[in-house]
Amino acid sequence: MKIGYFPGCSLHGLSREYEESLKAIVAGLDTELVEVDDWSCCGASSAHGSSHLLGVALPARNLAIAEEQGLPEVLAPCAACYARLASARHEISEDPQLAGRVNNVLVRDFKNTVRVRSILEVLKGQIAGIKARATNPLKDLKVACYYGCLLVRPVQVTGGYDDPEDPSSMEDICKAAGAVPVKWNRRLDCCGGGLSMSRTGSVVRLSAAILKDAKAAGADAVVVACPMCHSNLDFRQKAMKHRGAWEGDMPVLFLTQVVGMSMGIDPKTLGMGRHFVSTDSVLARTAGTGSGSGTGTNSAAAVAGEVG
Amino acid sequence: MDATTPAVAGGFEPRITAFVCNWCTYTGADLAGTSRLQMASNVRIIRLPCTGRIDPMFITKAFERGADGIIVSGCHPADCHYNAGNYHARRRFAIFRELMDFLGVDTGRITFSWVSASEGGKWRDVVNDAVTRVRALGPFTDYRKLVVDPVATATGVVPPEHVGKEVPA
Amino acid sequence: MARIGVFVCHCGENIGRTVDCHGVAEACKDVPGVVHSVDYKYMCSDPGQQMVKNAIAEKGLTGVVVAACSPHMHEKTFRRATAGAGLNPFLCEMANVREHCSWIHEDREKATVKAVDITKTIIEKVKRNVPLNTIRIPVTRRALVIGGGIAGIQAALDIADGGREVILVEKGPSIGGHMSQLSETFPTLDCSQCILTPRMVEVYQHPRIKLYAYSEVESVEGYIGNFKVTVRRKARSVDEDKCNGCGACTQVCPNKKIPSEFDCGLGKRTAIYVPFPQAVPNLPTVDRNKCLLFMNRAKGRPDTCKKCADACAKGAIDFDQQDRLVTEDVGAIVVATGYQLYTIGKDQPKDNLKGYGEYGYGTIPDVIDGLQFERLASASGPTSGKILRPSDGKEPKRIVFLQCIGSRDPQKGMEYCSKICCMYVAKHTMLYHHKVHDGQATVFYMDIRAAGKGYEEFSRRAIEEEGAQYIRGRVSRMWREGDVIKILGFDTLEGEPIEMDADMVVLATAMRPQPGIDALAQKLSVSYDQHGFINEAHPKLRPVETNTAGIFVAGACQAPRDIPDAVAMASATASKVLGLFANEMLEREPTVACVNEANCAGCFHCERVCAYGAVEHKDIKDRAGNVVRVIAYVNPGVCQGCGTCQATCPSKSVELQGFTDEQIWGEIQALGV
Ligand SMILES: Cc1cc2nc3c(=O)[nH]c(=O)nc-3n(C[C@H](O)[C@H](O)[C@H](O)COP(=O)(O)OP(=O)(O)OC[C@H]3O[C@@H](n4cnc5c(N)ncnc54)[C@H](O)[C@@H]3O)c2cc1C
Ligand code: SF4
Ligand code: SF4
Ligand code: SF4
Ligand code: SF4
Repeated sequence: MKIGYFPGCSLHGLSREYEESLKAIVAGLDTELVEVDDWSCCGASSAHGSSHLLGVALPARNLAIAEEQGLPEVLAPCAACYARLASARHEISEDPQLAGRVNNVLVRDFKNTVRVRSILEVLKGQIAGIKARATNPLKDLKVACYYGCLLVRPVQVTGGYDDPEDPSSMEDICKAAGAVPVKWNRRLDCCGGGLSMSRTGSVVRLSAAILKDAKAAGADAVVVACPMCHSNLDFRQKAMKHRGAWEGDMPVLFLTQVVGMSMGIDPKTLGMGRHFVSTDSVLARTAGTGSGSGTGTNSAAAVAGEVG
Repeated sequence: MDATTPAVAGGFEPRITAFVCNWCTYTGADLAGTSRLQMASNVRIIRLPCTGRIDPMFITKAFERGADGIIVSGCHPADCHYNAGNYHARRRFAIFRELMDFLGVDTGRITFSWVSASEGGKWRDVVNDAVTRVRALGPFTDYRKLVVDPVATATGVVPPEHVGKEVPA
Repeated sequence: MARIGVFVCHCGENIGRTVDCHGVAEACKDVPGVVHSVDYKYMCSDPGQQMVKNAIAEKGLTGVVVAACSPHMHEKTFRRATAGAGLNPFLCEMANVREHCSWIHEDREKATVKAVDITKTIIEKVKRNVPLNTIRIPVTRRALVIGGGIAGIQAALDIADGGREVILVEKGPSIGGHMSQLSETFPTLDCSQCILTPRMVEVYQHPRIKLYAYSEVESVEGYIGNFKVTVRRKARSVDEDKCNGCGACTQVCPNKKIPSEFDCGLGKRTAIYVPFPQAVPNLPTVDRNKCLLFMNRAKGRPDTCKKCADACAKGAIDFDQQDRLVTEDVGAIVVATGYQLYTIGKDQPKDNLKGYGEYGYGTIPDVIDGLQFERLASASGPTSGKILRPSDGKEPKRIVFLQCIGSRDPQKGMEYCSKICCMYVAKHTMLYHHKVHDGQATVFYMDIRAAGKGYEEFSRRAIEEEGAQYIRGRVSRMWREGDVIKILGFDTLEGEPIEMDADMVVLATAMRPQPGIDALAQKLSVSYDQHGFINEAHPKLRPVETNTAGIFVAGACQAPRDIPDAVAMASATASKVLGLFANEMLEREPTVACVNEANCAGCFHCERVCAYGAVEHKDIKDRAGNVVRVIAYVNPGVCQGCGTCQATCPSKSVELQGFTDEQIWGEIQALGV
């Protein structure tokens, strides 16, 4: 299977491990990612707040290129990119006038034929393949699947591949990888999103509530499919502790890493060492993968994690 | 001159036959009357219980008998007095219109509309629009030639003055 | 040869001003077949009508054309005059030269030409008219009422009190419907059972009501005035003639842990049970899915238990009882099958919907629905009227109500407002505050819809006098932490997210039609909307009739209804039914379709397009009695006269009386060049 691929800035910067693990697992799933040529910013977090037209035209530019490349669908692994691309597609298809204005801006004859897929949607379609290749099922790993705001909402934009208020696809994918999803409550709460820098206090409060709930439910790790969620939940744990909002260490994994571990892929390839909160406790539980990725992890935090 | 020919003052005045249902459009046309809404006098109404009763043959027959245009009008979808008659009519005429088009009749001569019992004003507009449109299209004579020439039937010979012309029945 | 008389009316100045009426009368004299053509100032006046009568007698007219106003105005008048002179009234027609001519044109010459045209079309039609006779159908003056909720009860009592027999069919073991489950009712807070029970007893004792409880309608045939209904009387396993309702059997039944339907699963019942103490009829029923004996039978094991049979002094228990089919002839049917509540997570209106899994209904025991709250608040309920939560029997001090659950949510398939929940939530907060003095009730709402007599005042009282806290906004999710329910929501007036704790949550779930309503509607050939609610014939002017003559609708099976609405509808259906039963014969216009038996090819295209199911199959037999052909037959009692069949029939074998092809060809001909 061939599918268009829109990495977005995060997967080349902040969340390289997301791209690394994605590329590692798709090889095993007989899927080829065809990167959108000369892709540009999708506009997430700021463009649609300042200009509606810009907020639609930026993602539309990328979709137009994909269309010219003959790609029927594009995977946007970052939840924010996904939301921007899918919303643009939706808005343009609902509003012919807007479509005209966007084409004027782009100076392209964009027909809006490219379907936008989230990582959940793509992996949900590969459940059988994931199961079949799970040579190292993660049966000792309890995961709290965290969706956040954008992955499955709103249903008009996503096309309803999952229930917007009571989703299950991430749990299903983790189960296919052999992991054990826990039942918890804050799966769809907001982590603070793009306010990480501007209102750190809000992010700390919101994200800490999420981590506490996951911990209370007995999770060994939180699983995400969004670089923004990942940075708020992983990187900000230090700030949470500093402000007394959170004790302990909760590893935060990308869904692709979970699938990768179950396939027995080397932790280093999956970028397990790039996290702020050590993933060693996770690696120890998924013994088959072998532990000791070790690069750049804080061993004190790792110990605290195991104790917690 | 036949008294039924609309008075022509320096121009062509189309004859239009309207097939309407009793409950909505006929009553709507009554309302146009009670409201004294003035409109073109070219339309002659044939009252039927329901648009579902309208056989496409009525339309060809009316053309054959010298109509230049046709109006078919009934209750709005979902408002049919008989629940579904107008749905059948709609389906039937969607196909019929294509056929007329195929047979070379300008579909602009046939007006389909929904006029409810409360839409006297709409009925006036439907009438006036149809008259204007058909007036622009000119007389429709193609089908009149299909009428059997009574002289030819009686004598076995088409009189030379009838060749290529429309003949009175 | 036709002898037509034409009568042109001036209508004072109304027609005469723009149309040369005398000229029209003169022009019509030349039309072949016209033997008499006159004009007169007021045709509808007595002398005018007399002119028509005289001409019929003197000129031996075979048809009458009155060129005057719209037939909707005076067709009846002139047909009556025609009949008065001994001519069949359907040989008289009107040419509309007022509404369709004189009133809408100013040019006298053009208007006169048009008036002549209009009159000539009708002359050509009348030439082809044939005498028709008003159809008279006998009426069976007994009614069937389907559904024994308050709507069905009211309809049955009103019809029976009006002197006609009623068959009341209820699918459950007792009549009473949802009203029997309610505690106290808005807007007056009177006890539901207290006002309902006497009416139930009245039904049971009424000499003209035959009650078939634990029964369902199997099939319906026929048409207005003449329905034949087959009712399946399901086997109760109790002989109703022997049983005296002592209840000894239910005492001894060992299977006592079955969730009671009447108590919405909050109470328990036995396998042989009476749903509630005031049940009518007061007869026990064996639930064959739960009775040990029948469970054994299903597994092919020998009969066991039989404790109820041993306890019964009357020998009334009959484990071998079978379903019985009974047929009843009725002339009218009232559908009153009521509603069910939307169940979260189950029974979704559309297969692809899950429906509010985020509220934890069915997984958190203290999240309940409105009917369950009614049972908790009811003095006869499982907690004897104490508000105690299902999980641990503690009294909840913080109770939260969520409105519009499922309702007004197109994503859940129900875009309509359920109409009653705003009111019963206000009622619930009051009942709660009356019972739990130190408790706090909080309501999350989208809008308060309290339109009804005394309703606004009632909901204001709940807030202003009884202290319910109303928050405008929705709840996004709920979960259980220890024994509290955590609620995340949003206050749209404050613009703030809300987190709060509750001890119990009540969901005001949407009202939906009863399951199986579609199958019943199809048996009755009445239409229903996309949600399954029965369609009324006209939303304003015929609110309790259906599109099938002789079938009426009352209560919550037509749309969400409260008790006053349901009762008003029921009484309206009763008056419709009694009106229909006022005469032995039903008179109908003879404008119905009629099949030419020699021509009909038996293709039944007509049957497929008829919206009323008027087309039946008729066997044509040879002398030996063998069926040689099957052709169409239009039942004149059912046909409504739309003519769709005629336009559809490929062999032109079915004709609508009064609008035959020949008549219309004649009209088209008259307009010709
Ligand atoms: C929580 C709650 C609180 C309420 N409180 C109030 C209140 O305080 N005041 C008020 O005015 N209203 C109240 N209502 C509304 C009230 O319940 C309804 O208005 C009323 O019950 C409607 O009566 P009905 O006869 O139309 O339907 P139902 O009560 O539903 O009765 C229908 C009957 O038909 C039977 N039936 C169904 N299908 C068939 C079939 N195929 N064949 C034979 N029988 C069949 C059913 O078994 C049932 O007995 C409340 C509703 C709810 C949910
Ligand atoms: S014990 Fe017999 S008589 Fe008494 S209620 Fe039961 S079946 Fe009826
Ligand atoms: S009645 Fe009130 S609670 Fe019920 S659906 Fe309508 S608005 Fe919502
Ligand atoms: S459509 Fe005509 S031919 Fe066919 S069954 Fe009906 S009446 Fe007979
Ligand atoms: S006239 Fe209309 S109602 Fe009567 S049989 Fe024909 S289709 Fe049915």
